[in-house]
Amino acid sequence: MDLINFEATELRLGLPGSTDEWDKKSTASPVNTNKRSSSEMGSSVTDETDSSRSPPPAKAQIVGWPPVRTCRKNIIQGKKSEPEMGSGMYVKVSMDGAPYLRKVDLKVCKSYGELLKSLQEMFKCIIGLYSEREGYKSEYAPTYEDKDGDWMLLGDVPWDMFLTSCRRLRIMKSCEVIES
Amino acid sequence: MVYSLPEEVLEHVFSFITSDKDRNAVSLVCKSWYEIERWCRRKVFVGNCYAVSPGIMIRRFPELRAVELKGKPHFADFNLVPDGWGGYACSWIDEMSRAYPWLEEIRLKRMVVSDESLELISTAFKNFKVLVLSSCEGFSTDGLSAIASNCRNLKELDLRESEVMDLSGRWLSHFPDTFTSLESLNISCLGSEVSFSALERLVARSPNLKTLRLNRAVPLGKLSTLLHQAPQLVELGTGAYSSGIRSDVYTGLSKAFLGCKELKGLSGFWDADPSYLPALYSVCSRLTTLNLSYSTIRSPDITKVIGQCPNLQRLWVLDHIEDSGLNALALSCKNLQELRVFPSDLYAADVNVTLTEQGLVSVSQGCPKLQSVLYFCHQMSNSALITIAKNRPNLTCFRLCIIEPRTPDYLTHEPLDIGFGAIVKHCKNLNRLSLSGLLTDRVFEYIGTHAKKLEMLSIAFAGDSDLGLHHVLSGCESLKKLEIRDCPFGDTALLANVAKLATMRSLWMSSCAVSIGACKILSQKMPMLNVEVIDENGSLDSRLDSCLVEKLYVYRTVAGPRSDMPGYIWTMDRESANRI
Repeated sequence: MDLINFEATELRLGLPGSTDEWDKKSTASPVNTNKRSSSEMGSSVTDETDSSRSPPPAKAQIVGWPPVRTCRKNIIQGKKSEPEMGSGMYVKVSMDGAPYLRKVDLKVCKSYGELLKSLQEMFKCIIGLYSEREGYKSEYAPTYEDKDGDWMLLGDVPWDMFLTSCRRLRIMKSCEVIES
Repeated sequence: MVYSLPEEVLEHVFSFITSDKDRNAVSLVCKSWYEIERWCRRKVFVGNCYAVSPGIMIRRFPELRAVELKGKPHFADFNLVPDGWGGYACSWIDEMSRAYPWLEEIRLKRMVVSDESLELISTAFKNFKVLVLSSCEGFSTDGLSAIASNCRNLKELDLRESEVMDLSGRWLSHFPDTFTSLESLNISCLGSEVSFSALERLVARSPNLKTLRLNRAVPLGKLSTLLHQAPQLVELGTGAYSSGIRSDVYTGLSKAFLGCKELKGLSGFWDADPSYLPALYSVCSRLTTLNLSYSTIRSPDITKVIGQCPNLQRLWVLDHIEDSGLNALALSCKNLQELRVFPSDLYAADVNVTLTEQGLVSVSQGCPKLQSVLYFCHQMSNSALITIAKNRPNLTCFRLCIIEPRTPDYLTHEPLDIGFGAIVKHCKNLNRLSLSGLLTDRVFEYIGTHAKKLEMLSIAFAGDSDLGLHHVLSGCESLKKLEIRDCPFGDTALLANVAKLATMRSLWMSSCAVSIGACKILSQKMPMLNVEVIDENGSLDSRLDSCLVEKLYVYRTVAGPRSDMPGYIWTMDRESANRI
């Protein structure tokens, strides 16, 4: 018995195509109803969860709940877009003179300080401290390739902005850095 | 023989009476007091712009200097009121421009204001001083240009949380060089950048500037420049509070804050970078208001700041403060009066954030002056609520939002009836309450029995039957505003309490069980109420009286049915469902 189109054959009071709006709005539970228990029907119905272990289905979003104003929601939503990139934000890191590249997870570092610390540990070098005027006073300059393909010195822009534009990192030797 | 004081003397005496309630009471004493009072009334508050018409207000109070109006229902903040609902300021501003050439102050909340109206304000009122547009919409930066260009004596321009069509940042440059009277500027809701040099020059030539709330686009690196120009500031809203790794910015900021000896309130802090927080430590000891609710800094950093603010009276934060931060708050801030904790995640509990009911219990215990609470959380228990109620009988505002609707007491799995019951029983001066969690009709029985001073009640996903609504309407003597969504309340309770509705400002019910028929009956029985049905599903004429309405908004009025309703709002006529 084909139960896929169960809803179409269901007997209800109401015009065809109409749904019980009040019921839908007043329940807070997830949209999954009991009408189609797909897991019991066998493999003919593709289960949404048979691919990679994805997070549980999003709760049915109720209009106007929780009672948070739009301007606040935008702030919260803005922060949430980072985790949705996946379980990590790995970028390639190359260092001039090193035989192979490494990868670092930018999401684990919460700030430039932590990132520089990781890089210094990873490559066993000293990059030093940032200054707006002089960059880094050491033999290395940490740079990153941004969305436009330009190589930028690490530290000029706010951390969040850096996260959205960084494609890969490169630790340049200072003698290679051209002063502009 | 009855001696009566001369009019001029009475007028002089009345001039010391400023509260609206007292003024209203004075006007009821006798006819001559009514007459004298109405001629010398200088400010009026209209809580529902449709309760009275501009003409009626102008006829009664011919010499007003300040008017405050509110438009849309509160639930409009949460997108429950469709676009085009109403709340237009236009007719009010038009009529006032003719009647009150000396009007100085206009305050609007949840209203639709056009650029034309702003232009009219800027030219019609020669001594215009204060414009506050709170959660308003419908205007652009062009309207602001007119205000800037023409209001020579402007003291206050406050756009809090309004939705402004941001055409450009150039409007700020329209304040003339001769303009020096600014005391308060709030542009925090604006998206686009204003010209920084214009802003700097404006601040520099405003010696009386006490409140400055910047928008996110003002970079942190420029903040110290502004602070040096305005060390007399009392309230500051920063722009974005991060700037890469900039030790020069940090040093400059520290120095600038050091110079601000009058600073009592801080807000802003978008994208806050915790490494810049120590820059403001020098002002912390004087802070009475701190709003960190737009920043996502974590508990240890928040705690460090709060620990230095012993005089804090008002704190707004995200739930990143966690129970640990609230415990610290309870220890350090003995003068705390208001706490608002907003959610960082709108749906599921963020596993990285440990904010539970314990945090609120700690604060209720440690802060003896706590009066006002807004708390978003994921779990609550009756025992915690009872503890809070007993600790803080001086609460006047208690708004609890357990994010998942119908969540029971997490310890006993019971409804939270007795917890909220304790709140209304112990907090005898409670004037505002918002409920959440699993609640039966019983909680409404407690509210009807005990909440005698309650003026505003918000209910969502609660109750079992009409009895719940009946308890509230029949028991809460002081009730002015009632807003309900997704509750099984319907015709019986509504029709059993029609007279009550005329003593209230308004009633909102959405996704409840009220029928078209009941709305018709209510409308017939109570001609002094506007009974407005909001229904976007098409004409009500074709539906049976037994059909349920989507949304219902009922309010008392002396102005009759309104004439600016959109197509999806239906008023019930005596004869039949009829849209004007």
